[in-house]
Amino acid sequence: MRTSTEQAQATRAAPWTEPESWQVTDVRIEAPDVFTLGLTPPEPFGFQPGQFNMLYQPGVGEVPISISGDPASTGRVLHTIRDVGPVTRALCALQPGQRVGVRGPYGTSWPVAAAEGGDLMIVAGGIGLPPLRPALYEALSRRDRFGRVVLLYGARTPDDLLFAEELAAWRSRFDLDVLITVDAADRNWRGNVGVVPGLIPHSPFDPAATTAFVVGPEIMIRFTVRALLEAGVTDDRVYLSMERNMQCAVAMCGHCQLGPFLVCRDGPVFSHQQVARWLSIREV
Amino acid sequence: MQRTLEPLLRDHKFFAGLDPEYLSLLVGCASNEVWPADTFLFREGEPAETFYLIREGTVALEIAAPTSGALIVQTLGAGDVAGFSWLIAPHRWEFDGRAVDFVRALRMDGACLRAKCDDDPRLGYELMRRFARLTVNRLQATRLQLLDVYGRAHQH
Repeated sequence: MRTSTEQAQATRAAPWTEPESWQVTDVRIEAPDVFTLGLTPPEPFGFQPGQFNMLYQPGVGEVPISISGDPASTGRVLHTIRDVGPVTRALCALQPGQRVGVRGPYGTSWPVAAAEGGDLMIVAGGIGLPPLRPALYEALSRRDRFGRVVLLYGARTPDDLLFAEELAAWRSRFDLDVLITVDAADRNWRGNVGVVPGLIPHSPFDPAATTAFVVGPEIMIRFTVRALLEAGVTDDRVYLSMERNMQCAVAMCGHCQLGPFLVCRDGPVFSHQQVARWLSIREV
Repeated sequence: MQRTLEPLLRDHKFFAGLDPEYLSLLVGCASNEVWPADTFLFREGEPAETFYLIREGTVALEIAAPTSGALIVQTLGAGDVAGFSWLIAPHRWEFDGRAVDFVRALRMDGACLRAKCDDDPRLGYELMRRFARLTVNRLQATRLQLLDVYGRAHQH
């Protein structure tokens, strides 16, 4: 099995790798426009939480997709994809037995181990939950090493909430605090309505000992980070996953430049301290 | 010894750090109330002469739409405040406030508060400062909701 470290070394040695053909084993509908593809690699595959693969459809194109499954599991590798354009639409139309080109894993990972000893807060907005799910799996796999583990999750409507069955299972755990909110709902929804940063004052955590991982649309990230800092979480313990127009994934093309960084190589996971300056520049 | 609502007022986030002298003054405007699930604390269009310091449970701010029923605009929980309309004329509720589950809240009498603020402008300024902050936070959250950030994505 090639580990993500070995993959990173191989990528540095020969950056432009040919996509390997992986088989689609299952397709799961998560929300009206979101699907999870279960893929079987030709050889055992390892990754770190937060890393992504490039998925390729011949004649259509290639896109970076976060790996959304459990890093401890071998075999089937999960990618959760939102249908927003030609490539993702082609990927969402795949059926079991068909094949897809995959290269990866690429990018930096969530510092789950560095969060041990304190509280861990995972904040996801919309399609931001899939890249965080592996980090949550990893934290739950050694739950005793953390203080409180808190998941805050926001979506557009109740129908847009991903991983519904798993969310229900997580909510029933006594060692995990799960707070969910949606932007709009009717009376059939018994949960919170409002924005994700609004959940922070209602969350049980010790700001001075909390590490936070945040993924979502960039505007949501900015407001969430502001709320975390206002609550007392320190800047060096807030981590974000940034999204930019990644084309090559191997720091060759420059499309995903963010200030001095190339998101595919230096990210997608950054500490807020690293990127705070660049988040506030309009042109970047 | 007679028990007062002062400890409950002091413990609520909205009054955190308020001068104890003012808390003693404000307690005369407070009453402790409960609402069973699916009952209304206030209804859109009715005179707004109160606000609520939520202690427990969830209050949904709703607006009725003829074609789609009640839409929830926001939910408020323990530590939140429901109601700005008592502050600003014409003092009418802009939304329905429904108890989603069992709700405990301190009901604050707006006319009583306004009279105390008129008598003591320092108290008035302190209250206005707190409400202004709350209003700005609520406005920012509403703007974020209006942006529909989850509806946008790169077109790969």
